[in-house]
Amino acid sequence: MIRFDAVSKAYPDGTVAVDELSLTAPSGQITVLVGPSGCGKTTSLRMVNRMVEPTSGTITIDDRDVTSVSATDLRRGIGYVIQHAGLFPHRTVVDNVATVPMLTGTGRRQARHRAIELMELVGLPASFADRYPAQLSGGQQQRVGVARALASDPPVMLMDEPFSAVDPVVRDQLQQEFLRLQGELGKTILFVTHDIDEAIRLGDRVAVLAVGGRLAQVATPADLLATPADPFVAGFVGRDRGYRALGFISAEVAVATEPTVTLGSPVARAHDVAVDDWVLVVDDGELPQGWLHLRAHPDGGPGPAPGDTVTPGLLNLGGTLSPIGGTLREALDAALSSPSGRGVVVDESGRLVGSVRAGTVLEHLHAATADPSGQVRP
Amino acid sequence: MNDMLLWLNDPQNWTGTRVTPGIVEQASAHLAYTAIALSIAAVIAFPLGLVLGHTGRASWLVSVANGLRALPTVGLLILLYVMVSPLISGRGNAVYLVPTEIALVLLALPAILANTYAGVRNVSPAVRDAARGMGMTGPQVLFRVELPNALPLVFSGLRSAALQVIATATIAAYVGLGGLGRYVYDGLASRDFGQMAGGAVLVAALALLVDLALSLLQRATVSRGVSGRFSRRSTRDSRSAAVTVVRPQPPRGGPDGGRSTRQATTPAAALTPSGDHPSG
Repeated sequence: MIRFDAVSKAYPDGTVAVDELSLTAPSGQITVLVGPSGCGKTTSLRMVNRMVEPTSGTITIDDRDVTSVSATDLRRGIGYVIQHAGLFPHRTVVDNVATVPMLTGTGRRQARHRAIELMELVGLPASFADRYPAQLSGGQQQRVGVARALASDPPVMLMDEPFSAVDPVVRDQLQQEFLRLQGELGKTILFVTHDIDEAIRLGDRVAVLAVGGRLAQVATPADLLATPADPFVAGFVGRDRGYRALGFISAEVAVATEPTVTLGSPVARAHDVAVDDWVLVVDDGELPQGWLHLRAHPDGGPGPAPGDTVTPGLLNLGGTLSPIGGTLREALDAALSSPSGRGVVVDESGRLVGSVRAGTVLEHLHAATADPSGQVRP
Repeated sequence: MNDMLLWLNDPQNWTGTRVTPGIVEQASAHLAYTAIALSIAAVIAFPLGLVLGHTGRASWLVSVANGLRALPTVGLLILLYVMVSPLISGRGNAVYLVPTEIALVLLALPAILANTYAGVRNVSPAVRDAARGMGMTGPQVLFRVELPNALPLVFSGLRSAALQVIATATIAAYVGLGGLGRYVYDGLASRDFGQMAGGAVLVAALALLVDLALSLLQRATVSRGVSGRFSRRSTRDSRSAAVTVVRPQPPRGGPDGGRSTRQATTPAAALTPSGDHPSG
């Protein structure tokens, strides 16, 4: 548990970065500090490992004042991940990961052995061990950064915008795996981001900081979206918050059976089963491939002749897949993004279960909000 | 030109006679003046550059040292000779050597200091922050992180100092010492232009040789991760490995394997899983 007790940081020129911050980051949970630039979130984080010394107030980790040990000993016991990973360019991946164990006197062989295990834990193959950071992509570098922070198995991790310098696709994967990793490891994590979506996705608790280092609200993501404490928080969590909040309501929406044709079958068969001229095409393994429209080609022009066979080139690939038992947000997104208006629902292995319409999702939402017990966190 | 080749081809000029030292001996003397000046300059400038770079304080010292580059070396040598010679008694050539070496050290200092300083300063703030944040002490940050990453610039400073000092060490002959400058000044005085040009070519050749030696030393000491000399084999492995990581887990994503993710996109994966994508 990390506890801030009336912690302030003022600079000699009078700027107040953090103002009387009192906050608890519970053990084994992810506490996200989020706010606009200049709100003191990074400063707050860096006061925990004493990269910045507070002007007043105390910070304790598991009830021990962080100033009770030397700054270097303190830091060696805290995992630290930063935005651009900050890998050492002159060291190989394995030596980067082994940095802290080597500092604390673990033998080279043992430290490297452990480093290889950690690389696998964060999804990097052991063959990357002898590469240098410059040979890795941004996402891979950030994985190494996480592995390096985990090397001494610290109970507490500080993460300063670790995923904001990578592209959205990679960021999504890193976030997903970060949550999986945290599920296995159960670290006490203080996580800084300026991205409210990231905060809501990753945080067990989210602390919103306002400019000037004032703590505006601490709440679970669902509460933050449902009941912002003041206009600042309401403005910060943003316009889409009603839609985002759907991500916290699980969707046991009734799934309708969706007629399909398989790739390679005659178009004539599609005519028999089409609803509103749209037919879902699956492969032999029941994995959805795309939508076939009987009157229009996806690149413009007329639709396929009844004598044609169904080929991938005829398919409209629009539409996201909603996992069965997922959230209302996923179900609604699938329905809204589907060219046919019917969202595709799949099981864990990606096989088709059926389809759902936006109207059905909204009816379910209506029922769920009428009964507050329907608000379940995923 | 012809005179120069004749002079360089005369074996007697290389081995010397009983009264005049040969090219080999003069080149050794030239190297010795250079080595002394570079060593003294490095002992002063290298630690100073490290400390100034690490702390970021007193950077004006670097500017002052850079100002030294503007001093005309021959004029400085004469001034030093006038100032220093009365203080040195006894026989031997110390009375010539000391002012010469001081002049050469002042020439070598700025390049080594400025480059060492810049090398340490240029280490990415994220790297320095990570090093401190992981619990390295100040000296550990300096020697385990900043210095290894500063080495390419440190070497470039040392090499440019070496080139300048070798070229300028010809002035040792001006005050009556040896070195390859002997041929330049003697050739000039006796209007033996073959000897003079030959001496100049030898200085240039010596400079290139020393630069080559230092570049080999640089290659051996600078990490490949810093210099970017990666073997082709490991880069190829990197790509294929990255792809194999991605493949097994469609369609819900999986380890990214970085930029190769998009290569692995299949029609099935084009219908992306919905939901928690950051929307803004």
